[in-house]
Formats: sequence, C-alpha cells, structure tokens
Amino acid sequence: MPENLFKINAKEYILPGTRACQGCGLSLAYRYALKALRENTIVTLPASCLCVLHGIYPSTPVMIPCLNNSFASTAASASGLVAGLQAMNRTDITVMAIAGDGGTFDMGIQALSGAAERGTDFIYCCYDNEGYMNTGTQRSSATPLGALTTTTPIATKQQHKKDFIKIMEAHDIAYLATASPAYPIDLYDKFVKAKKIRGTRYLHLYIPCPPGWVFPPKDTVKMGRLAVETGVTPLFEIENGRFRFTGRSKSMAEKGNRLPVINYLEKQGRFRKMNIEQLQQMQRWVDGKWQEYQRRAQE
Amino acid sequence: MSNVQIMTGNSAAAIGAKLSAVQVVAAYPITPQSQLAEILSQYIEGGELKAEYVRVEGEHSALTVCISASTVGARVFTATSANGLLYMHEQLHWAAGSRLPIVMCCVNRGVGAPWTIFNDQQDSLAQRDTGWIQIYCRNNQEILDTVIQAYRIAEAVYAPVMVNYDGFVLSHTMMPVAVPDSETVRDFLPPYRPHTILSPDDPRNLNPVLFPWRRENSAGVLCDGYMEMRYKLQAALEKAPAVIQETNRLFTAAFGRDHGGLHWEYRTEDAELLLVGMGSLASEATAAADLLREEGIRAGVIGVRVFRPFPARELRAACARAKGIVIFEKGISYGYEGALCSELKAALYRAESQAPIHNYIAGLGGRDVKARELADAARTSWQAMEKGNYDQPTSWLNCYTG
Repeated sequence: MPENLFKINAKEYILPGTRACQGCGLSLAYRYALKALRENTIVTLPASCLCVLHGIYPSTPVMIPCLNNSFASTAASASGLVAGLQAMNRTDITVMAIAGDGGTFDMGIQALSGAAERGTDFIYCCYDNEGYMNTGTQRSSATPLGALTTTTPIATKQQHKKDFIKIMEAHDIAYLATASPAYPIDLYDKFVKAKKIRGTRYLHLYIPCPPGWVFPPKDTVKMGRLAVETGVTPLFEIENGRFRFTGRSKSMAEKGNRLPVINYLEKQGRFRKMNIEQLQQMQRWVDGKWQEYQRRAQE
Repeated sequence: MSNVQIMTGNSAAAIGAKLSAVQVVAAYPITPQSQLAEILSQYIEGGELKAEYVRVEGEHSALTVCISASTVGARVFTATSANGLLYMHEQLHWAAGSRLPIVMCCVNRGVGAPWTIFNDQQDSLAQRDTGWIQIYCRNNQEILDTVIQAYRIAEAVYAPVMVNYDGFVLSHTMMPVAVPDSETVRDFLPPYRPHTILSPDDPRNLNPVLFPWRRENSAGVLCDGYMEMRYKLQAALEKAPAVIQETNRLFTAAFGRDHGGLHWEYRTEDAELLLVGMGSLASEATAAADLLREEGIRAGVIGVRVFRPFPARELRAACARAKGIVIFEKGISYGYEGALCSELKAALYRAESQAPIHNYIAGLGGRDVKARELADAARTSWQAMEKGNYDQPTSWLNCYTG
C-alpha cells in the first residue's frame, strides 16, 4: 500500500536553481527519489540531462555526493563504487547509478548487464524520456513508434520501443519496478523499498519531456498521467519474479477503464506525423503488453 | 632478506600488485595478460590478498571500476593488452582527468586488424596523449619492482601509471626474480591516503560540466575552468620526473636494486654510437652493443624507461657525446616514423649533439629480433653515417618491403 503523503521525507536534496528545462519530469522524479534514498547515498551518472540538472562547476544544487562518468560506463561505475566502499568498510552507503534511456537501452547496456549478472549490490535507475533529449531529441531504441525525432525527422520512428524491462527481468534481479513523476507517492515508495533490498535493483522511470515530446511545460504531470491511464507506461513492480500492478495501474486493471492511446498521443507534437496504420499498430502493441501484464498479475 | 624465485613476467606483476596491498582489482582476460588476471584471482579467492575482485564484462568497465573505486579511496589495479587497452581508451583519459593514482599493467601486444597475439608496443604508444605516466620494463625483476614504485609515484603526483612489459618475451618467460618481503614494501609504500574522496560525509559533485572560463563558487572564490584543470594535469606530469627519480633512489636504498629512474645506460661512457630503445628490445640491444664493440665500434645503449613524461633533458645529456644514434622501436606512427624517434629528435633540438639519427621499426606482431640482427642494422647505419649520410629514411628491420 502506498505510504501516506505526510510520511514523505520533508528534507530537500535538490535546491532551487537546477539547470533542467522548464517542466522537466526528471527534476520531479529525482527529487522524490533522493528523498527516499536520503543522505547515505552516492550517485553515479553519465553525460545526460541529469548531468546538466546537476549544474555547472563550481556550483551544484544537488546535496547528494555524485560521480560523473562517461556515457557507456554508468553501471560499471556503480560496480567500482560498491567494490571500493566494500574495501573501505563503508557498506552502509547506498549506491545508485542513474542514466537516461540512451545511456541504458543503447550504450550502457553492456555494463548494466554485466553488473546485474554479477548481482552487484546497487540501484540502477533508468530515466526514460524516450530519446537523446540532452543532445537535441535524437532517436534512441526507447523512442516509440511513430515519433518524430531530429534523426527521424520526416518518416518518424519505424520500430516499437525496446522492451527493456524484459531484458532486465531476464537477469533474475532482486527487484524491478516502473514509476512516473506523475505519481510521486508510488515512485517514493518504490525507492524506499528498493533501498532496503540487497542485490541489483532496477527502477524504470517514465519521464515526460516537454521540449522533446513537444507539449507545454505546464502539462508534464498531465502527460505522465495520460501515459499511465492509456497503459502506455504501466506502473508495476516485480519482486522475486512476482508481478504486481501498483497505484493507478492497479485500479485500472481492476476496473478495466484503460483509455485509448490516441488520448495520449494527440497531446504531443512528436506524434503529429503518425499515420493511422502506426496508430493502430501502437494500440495493438500496448494492448498486447497490457494483457501480458494482466495475465502475470493474476498468476 | 629477499628470496629468489623463478617466474614469468605476469607472475612478477601479480606479486608486485599483491605486495602493494591493492584493495580492488578489476580485469578482463586478454592474451597475453590473462595469466596475470588468473593469478590475482587465486590470491584473492585463496585469501592471500584481501581485496575485491570485480570480474567485469569488458575492459572499458575494468578501468571504470578502478576509477570509481579509487574515487572512494581504494588502491586499485588492472591490467590489459592490445585491443583491450584500445577499448579502454576513453577511460584512460577519464582516469587521468580525474587525477586518480590508478596503476595498470599493459602487457604489450600488437593491435588488430589483422589479429596478432604477439608482442609489439603499438598498443601503449598509441595512448601517449591520455595523461598517463608510462614506464617500460626490460625484465621480470623490473616488472615486480616497478609495480610497487608505480603506486608511490601515482599517489605522489595524482596521475595514473601504466607499467608496460612485452607480451610473451617477458610475460610468459621464466626468469629469476627476487621477491621482497612485505614489511619492507609496506615501509616503502604506506597505505593510500587520498586528499579527497567521494563520501556522504562531505558531499561533492565530481567531474561535472565546466564552462570554458573560470567561475566563482557560492562563496565568491574564483574556481578553475576546464583549461586550468588541463594545465594542472600537465604541471603534475612535469613534476613527475623528479618524483620518479626520487622514488627510484629510495627504492634502491630500501631494496638494493636500481632500474634507472627515467632511463638507463649501458657502456655509454665512451660510446660514439648509441642504440636507443624501450623494454626488452633495449635489453636485447645491450647484447648487440657488445657484439659491435668486439668489432671495434664503440657502441652503447640508452634504454628509455619512462616514455611519458618524456625525459627530454636527461636524454639530451645522455646523447651529448654521441656521433650517431640508432633507434629501434616496436611501433610506428603511420605516415611518419616511430614515436620514440620523433620524441628524441625533438628533445635534441638545438642540443649540443647534432648526431645523425636512424630509425628502425622492428619486431612488430612478435617478429623475432636477434641481437646479431640489431648489431648488423646498427653497423649498416653507422657506416652510412660515417660516409656522411645523415638522412637515412626509416627502415623496417627483418621485413620484406618489396
């Protein structure tokens, strides 16, 4: 059950003055993630939107110790932090590696797979804004079908998003969950839970991106909600192989009130060139995934 | 005090790392380094060495693990060869830019394509500009001793050190090696005490984005820009020769072995012809110098032990009386000449010695180079120089060039 709003750690670990874009979904998600993880945490991250959010030397708005790394190395960096802290007898510290979808689905997959296979004791968090947003909205393997990006500028992306959750689940890791900044209590609870578990924990955050997805910055939470309400980004957790819907997705599964994907897609400029065939494909793809999750939820 | 054992170069490197009390090892196997990765895992699993061993999925990750573990204060070690080193290339810059005292053995091997598993030094020479200190060893004793020295040097200047030794020629060749006792090593190399570590006790954001110019922090203190940080790395490496020489002096005092600080010399007192090289090839050149002296050519050898920082001043002095210089090297900067040759020529700019220099590319991909062949090559060069040919183009030794 989600914890009460008032149980959320009141302390702020991100001060005003980040360099994130207006309406950045990541700022919101990261704020709640750090509240859940608290002081005794070290974060490692690659070049990415988050690296920008962390500010320009010599100032940073983030009060958690942080190591910046090269693009392919996030999970390997976490492995090094864990090994180094073990060697220094500092096993009380939580190590969180956090990278975008490009740094996770694409370039970082080798290091992440290696770290997960070794059962490295860390949290890996992928903040998925569905493209190379920091470099100017280029296509990644997390970009959905039919989306315009600066490297699919005319024909739109021709492939579905990679099912990265399945890849991570195949590593038999201790804990795996999805979350959205539009549902901060659900997100917070998952980070609190992940912090308590040992071994590799994978958290997947769906991050609405106003400039990349082409919607007004004021609509970030609305877009996050629509993504969940249409079943495009369902909220769930998988613990020791057991699948469980959480929050809004749980009540949707119970009530069967999932909205059509068009409600979500039509609000974003990136889908303006999507044709009817792609729309139908997308709906079928989301239906298929949703049914699979429902089947698993009932097991 | 010390006991002599017969061992391979890889064993010597592993013992060097063990005696240095490394706390985190990360390695990915590659020929001819793999034996070293295996021996260290035996030490750690067998309880002989108290350290974390991260069996990574690739070399890029191996060095990343070292970078992060070093950032939280651990003494770290890794090793690789050839394409493994090339795969690390991005992280070589990252390690040096992070100013971390990482020590890595590079078991020198030729790089693909096409594949070779055999020795040359193209792999490490191609990493010249990454900000690492590079030391080249000539025998297995020097490998063991240099790994220990490397930590002392790295931790004094906050720059990573690459200890290079030739694949198979040294890595898989048994030689007698005196193994120092761990207490003497501990006195010579105390535990690593970094000035800064990443910790929740003192949160900081390491390696963030920098603007081109200097900026004030919240307390109004003007802080370095990117270029100041680059300058500081350069300044650290400029300071390193003195540290390397001092380390060598202290090592000699503690263990009774002197491998030369930045370079070593053989029969150079009255030498007219200098044979110059690095690693086992320079060692082989000492036998060639003996052969040349039997014929009446006053030959000597200069072994360049430290390639970065390049000991320009010391080599200028060492070459001052030479009438001819022949450089043998196991690498080539394609489109020009051997890297060591270019560096030495630059070091001799406006120097007292204006000796002609002849460059030989030799032993690429493990092609055998015998002392007799080095002597023949040096004699040919010397005879041409005596006839006034001061401009012999780079030659490929033992190679069919059509």
